[in-house]
Amino acid sequence: MKSLHIKNGRVMDPANHVDAVRDIFVVDGKISDTPPSVALEVIDATGMIVTPGLIDMHVHLREPGRSDKETIETGTRCAARGGFTSVVCMPNTSPVADNSGTIAFIKQRTAEVGCVNVFPTGAISKELKGEELAPIGSLKRVGVVAITDDGHCVQNNELMRRAVEYAKMFSLPVLDHCQDYNLVADGMMNEGYWSAVLGLHGWPVVGEDVIVARNILLAEQADWWIHCQHISSARSVELIREAKKRGVKISAEACPHHFTLTDECVKTYDTNFKMNPPLRTERDREALLEGLANGTINCIASDHAPHCTYEKEVEFDLAPFGIIGLETELALSLELVRKRLLPLSQLVEKLTLNPARLLGLKKGTLAPGADGDVTIINADREWTYDVEQSASSARNSPFHGWNLKGKAVMTIVGGKIVWREN
Amino acid sequence: MKSKSGWKRKDLLGIEDLSVDEINTVLDTAAAFKQVGKRTIKKVPSLRGKTLVNLFIEPSTRTRTSFELAAKRLSADVINITATASSIVKGETLKDTALNLQALHADIIVIRHSAAGAPHFLARLLKASVINAGDGAHEHPTQALLDAFTIREKKGRIEGLNVTILGDILYSRVARSNIWLLTKLGAHVTLAGPSTLVPRVFEQFGCRVTYDIEEAIRGADVINLLRIQHERQRKTMFPSIGEYTAMFGLSKDRFARTKPDAAIMHPGPINRGVEIDSEIADCGRSVILEQVTNGLAVRMAVLFLCSGGQALEP
Repeated sequence: MKSLHIKNGRVMDPANHVDAVRDIFVVDGKISDTPPSVALEVIDATGMIVTPGLIDMHVHLREPGRSDKETIETGTRCAARGGFTSVVCMPNTSPVADNSGTIAFIKQRTAEVGCVNVFPTGAISKELKGEELAPIGSLKRVGVVAITDDGHCVQNNELMRRAVEYAKMFSLPVLDHCQDYNLVADGMMNEGYWSAVLGLHGWPVVGEDVIVARNILLAEQADWWIHCQHISSARSVELIREAKKRGVKISAEACPHHFTLTDECVKTYDTNFKMNPPLRTERDREALLEGLANGTINCIASDHAPHCTYEKEVEFDLAPFGIIGLETELALSLELVRKRLLPLSQLVEKLTLNPARLLGLKKGTLAPGADGDVTIINADREWTYDVEQSASSARNSPFHGWNLKGKAVMTIVGGKIVWREN
Repeated sequence: MKSKSGWKRKDLLGIEDLSVDEINTVLDTAAAFKQVGKRTIKKVPSLRGKTLVNLFIEPSTRTRTSFELAAKRLSADVINITATASSIVKGETLKDTALNLQALHADIIVIRHSAAGAPHFLARLLKASVINAGDGAHEHPTQALLDAFTIREKKGRIEGLNVTILGDILYSRVARSNIWLLTKLGAHVTLAGPSTLVPRVFEQFGCRVTYDIEEAIRGADVINLLRIQHERQRKTMFPSIGEYTAMFGLSKDRFARTKPDAAIMHPGPINRGVEIDSEIADCGRSVILEQVTNGLAVRMAVLFLCSGGQALEP
């Protein structure tokens, strides 16, 4: 592996309070501030933004079990193209990642075919059923970075309480997909004007809000981290902001589709606008933007959820929830900076330092000695997203054909260039 | 009968995106076809050589029979497919079923489906005309057209009339299509029923929402009663059928307080003794069976227009 000299870029490294044009070096897979004596590949980053490698803390790689939707190989290639050097994968695989064997498999496949870092999460409950705790301690031992029943939500408050208390012992944050099953039932889209027009079952915001409120109370009692995944409602943002003021260990992420699109998009019944939680109203979207701006929402994640085309080419009621997002996430997020809703440094924090801190990853920094994970971004690059060219096995994106601005032009993992835009 | 323009669609997916002109074109053409139904020879050759498929993924008596008869009166060849007797029970997707029908050169597909948006999905996929015969809780356009036709026939107009739709609005495709159509044509639409089934969000459709049934029916020129859509409903929407009847059913007492010329409508199937007193369903002011008769003429008009036929005037 050649050492790298990334020259003349605007280095944006919030962990070290750096925002300056300077050179950085990657030597033996680590960040260095001094030029090595060995041969260098010089990368001209003039006019580019150089950040710590981006981290997407909410990704479905589908392996093991559904490698027709995505694999660790295709999913990580997709991440690399999107500028992500690390992804955190969800445990709703088959078998469920509620046992050491599945985690070991994911790690082994990543070592064999993964082109970015993959950090697995383990299940909260056995088989994601919400009935009994998964072997959380053993999962920690094989290297999970958090526990979550993502896609499912533990309905039993007592079990959730014990999960948080128990996970605290192992310093594992609990990531929760906030959904009350009785309130949501067979909800297909946001409950409101558009669900009334379209005759689709409503997924009310209160179905998210009550679980967010529960999580705040449980995090407060246990004095331990619960991270609310893909927050979509204005009231949830408000609840979290208020809890954070009290010092509750509550964390939250937002997805680009939730802060970019609204439920009106569903009006053509295009199943690429069907995700869980669903697209909400303009008012909710604005609240997410505000929550991102004021720090209430500390992370941005894609909830990259690949599905086969034939699975999505069905009646809206029958289509699976979810869209792919790794390749469009950065451009849609940079839009926040262009619209002056968020300074670039805060955006980079939400994509690097904040998820790294929450999950205890030694990532998200360009300090000398840190892992050589670097993303080089051309923030002005205009491009059109063509999902047929996606590195993912899946094609389920609502952003196909969108004209986007901002792109990762190089993704470096451990000193190795894994994506280079021509 | 003479022709006029005003219809350029190959599909009828809903009322929401129709213009007032388009609606009137269908109603006028239907009036012409209604005259045909009174002749000794009821058949016209308009769709001779065309194939119509009734693709009914959800049960239906009235609508399927009505479309079949309408197509036959227009001399089309008709195939009926129902979910239980099709390859859908073997796991075939709607897309594949539809592509197979297209491969057999079907010209018109009339679809009834429990999933909202299923006709839109087919229309994007197929060259054939797609007619929505009811999609989940979304729309039932030919029902709204036949209801409007019936109102126009009975009252001579639609504009300015007070129309009350009573019952399960939330899960009703008939309600949605009626709301769009009647408000476009200038009627004052009032929705009434239990608050759980008549959420305030419907005010954004240009209707009035009330939970006071007495007040809702008092000034109505037309009362359209809807069935409780058990098949689409969550279990928690109201306490019991008995309570529903007591609070919202059109009883003899309530009927006595309606305007003496208020027309009583119902899209069927009726649940006698639940949303409507059995005798009221059969009384002189009930136009329930006339709705069925008019449905035939309206569906003839829709099939004719969507196949490229020139709009007719009576």
